[in-house]
Amino acid sequence: MRNNLKTFIQDFGWPRIIIFLFLVSLFVLAPFVGVRLDASLSDCLNRFGQYAILVLALVPMIQSGCGLNFGLALGIVAGLLGATVSLQLELRGFWGFFGAIAFATPFSVIFGYFYGKLLNKVKGEEMTIAMYVGFSFVMLMCIMWLVLPFDNPTMVWGYAGKGLRTTITVEGYWLKILNDFLAIRIGRFFVFPTGLLLFVGACAGGIWLFLRTRIGTAMTAVGSNPDFARASGVSADKMRTTSVILSTFLGAIGIIVYQQSFGFIQLYTAPSPMVFPAVAAILIGGASVNKASMINVLVGTFLFQGLLTMTPSVINSILQTDMSEVIRIIVSNGMILYALTRKVKVSK
Amino acid sequence: MFSEYAVVIIFLVITIAAISPSGLSLTYIIQELITRLGRNSFLVISLLLPIYSGMGLNFAMSLGAMAGQIGLIFAVDWSVAGWQGLVFALLIGLPIAVFLGWICGKVMNKAKGREMVTGYILAFFINGIYQFFVLYMMGSVIPMRNASILLSRGYGIRNTLNLESVRQSLDTIFMLKLGGFDVPVVTLIIIALLCVFIVWFKKTKLGQDMRAVGQDMTVAEAAGIPVEKTRIVAIIISTVLACAGQLIFLQNMGNLATYNAHDQTSFFAAAAILVGGASVTHASIPNVFIGVILLHAMFIVSPLAGQNLFGSAMVGEYFRQFIGYGVIALSLVLYAWKSRKAIFNSRSDLRGGAAGKGKDEGGQA
Repeated sequence: MRNNLKTFIQDFGWPRIIIFLFLVSLFVLAPFVGVRLDASLSDCLNRFGQYAILVLALVPMIQSGCGLNFGLALGIVAGLLGATVSLQLELRGFWGFFGAIAFATPFSVIFGYFYGKLLNKVKGEEMTIAMYVGFSFVMLMCIMWLVLPFDNPTMVWGYAGKGLRTTITVEGYWLKILNDFLAIRIGRFFVFPTGLLLFVGACAGGIWLFLRTRIGTAMTAVGSNPDFARASGVSADKMRTTSVILSTFLGAIGIIVYQQSFGFIQLYTAPSPMVFPAVAAILIGGASVNKASMINVLVGTFLFQGLLTMTPSVINSILQTDMSEVIRIIVSNGMILYALTRKVKVSK
Repeated sequence: MFSEYAVVIIFLVITIAAISPSGLSLTYIIQELITRLGRNSFLVISLLLPIYSGMGLNFAMSLGAMAGQIGLIFAVDWSVAGWQGLVFALLIGLPIAVFLGWICGKVMNKAKGREMVTGYILAFFINGIYQFFVLYMMGSVIPMRNASILLSRGYGIRNTLNLESVRQSLDTIFMLKLGGFDVPVVTLIIIALLCVFIVWFKKTKLGQDMRAVGQDMTVAEAAGIPVEKTRIVAIIISTVLACAGQLIFLQNMGNLATYNAHDQTSFFAAAAILVGGASVTHASIPNVFIGVILLHAMFIVSPLAGQNLFGSAMVGEYFRQFIGYGVIALSLVLYAWKSRKAIFNSRSDLRGGAAGKGKDEGGQA
């Protein structure tokens, strides 16, 4: 029993346990400092659904041995393109939402394809390069947002009549289209976002199934044992490219789901800072640089987003100051740092 | 051959093409370049030692920058003015920089082979602690004398700090008028001295050890060089230099954005040295100066060129950031590409020169 506990702690890692206990204590403390539990829980669920698919997007590349996808911004940009095109065509409701995903698909496949090809040429250095490829691409797109010929008045700057705004509201198009679908309201403060969680569940289930298909298994094999994979006739490069395309595609869906819940499309430099929280979340969930599962995604997103929801309200009521931003920076980057400095364990 | 100078050539072409649409006079550009050479070179030089030691670009150099900023905050707080204020700031920043450098070295030793991404994240992490320290500790736990630099709530430092008391105090000790240009002689002398130090240091035992570690860690270990210690020393020196470099940078700028002045320190420095023709494993002092001149020449002309060509200064602003990040990405890609090719070639040599199938070769590094 003692030994079991010890190996469990070793496998799970101290930082995760500390974060978990911290979150539990926040929930316990909440009622005593006048923070409503039901409202907080509702917020947690909402934010969980909002971010989960972005976190899920990291799984394929981790599995295929490409490491943490610091270039997820490419997928996010593809999603932004899909969303803006959907708004430009004035698609509303479910048409607008799924239209956005449909328009984002070709972009994400094209971006993912070239990004994957690039990463194949730089094996071993993927993470640093992915980060800078992501940054420079976001900057390139900043110029594109200014010059692309969008002209829906809700999207462009009013006085110039061209150039997209930094934030575009999706109100009147597909605001909270998933959140409100079959939503269950209990009391004044608690809303269960059924549609959102169903969609997240469907995506996670889809990836779970995919990883068990022939291609999915081959992908995992390439990541965990490239020599073995090569010996059994799997093309590593092809599998890696597939995983990058899939990751980019999921990133695109993820940001559209995020937007419908958040209410705004954020353009220009906004995609870059979205990447690190996603990476931190999957690592908090127990993933490592070369191994990730659905459980890691779901648990990690819930823990991390729970932390981000609870710290401002609870800590602020205790200390009377807003330290949430600093806590967020330290926790998320501390977690990534922890994962990067751990000896890479041979997968079991 | 082309790939060796690809970045330099691309840069030269873009910048020269952008000079005429920017409408800036050549005298203005040269004066700006002299100023920026004094402002930035020191920071860029601080990247050299980790490159020699095989640790790549030290994206964690902003740790040193943060140490320098803490020193500067105290210098303003104690109202030590003039260049003495800078020395005071350096004295306070130095031990912090050494400590942070030591932590950074320890962390990087645990992440061999991915120092760059680790350094990048470490800079973010320490940024969180820096913010905690400056925003919550200063003025509440750590007594501050000067209430005017505190936020109105009584603790925490203001978002922008006016460095009037030390503004350009180093540059103006002796400002030479040379053919219509202002040359900050003392700053440039300090940079020259640092270059001499780097050249001398490379010849010392420790400097030679660093090269050996950079070449091959296992061989160096076998030769009795304390690999981990040498790497830590390289990072500590780099962090300390970055601390001093940030002070030179800030005294020239004249104000301090307390919470994000250090955000882009490593980005600009890394982009500069790569533009100057350095790679992740090879860098020299000429790379530093060529890089600073080329990068900043483009930074000077691009906003106005964007304004005149596209009718929006933001285009130029985004463009220069795109180029900065793009250059870093491109050099990293070219380097990784080359080193993979080298591995592949040496493998096919082993097979007696037969070109292997090798499409899925390599992988684990």
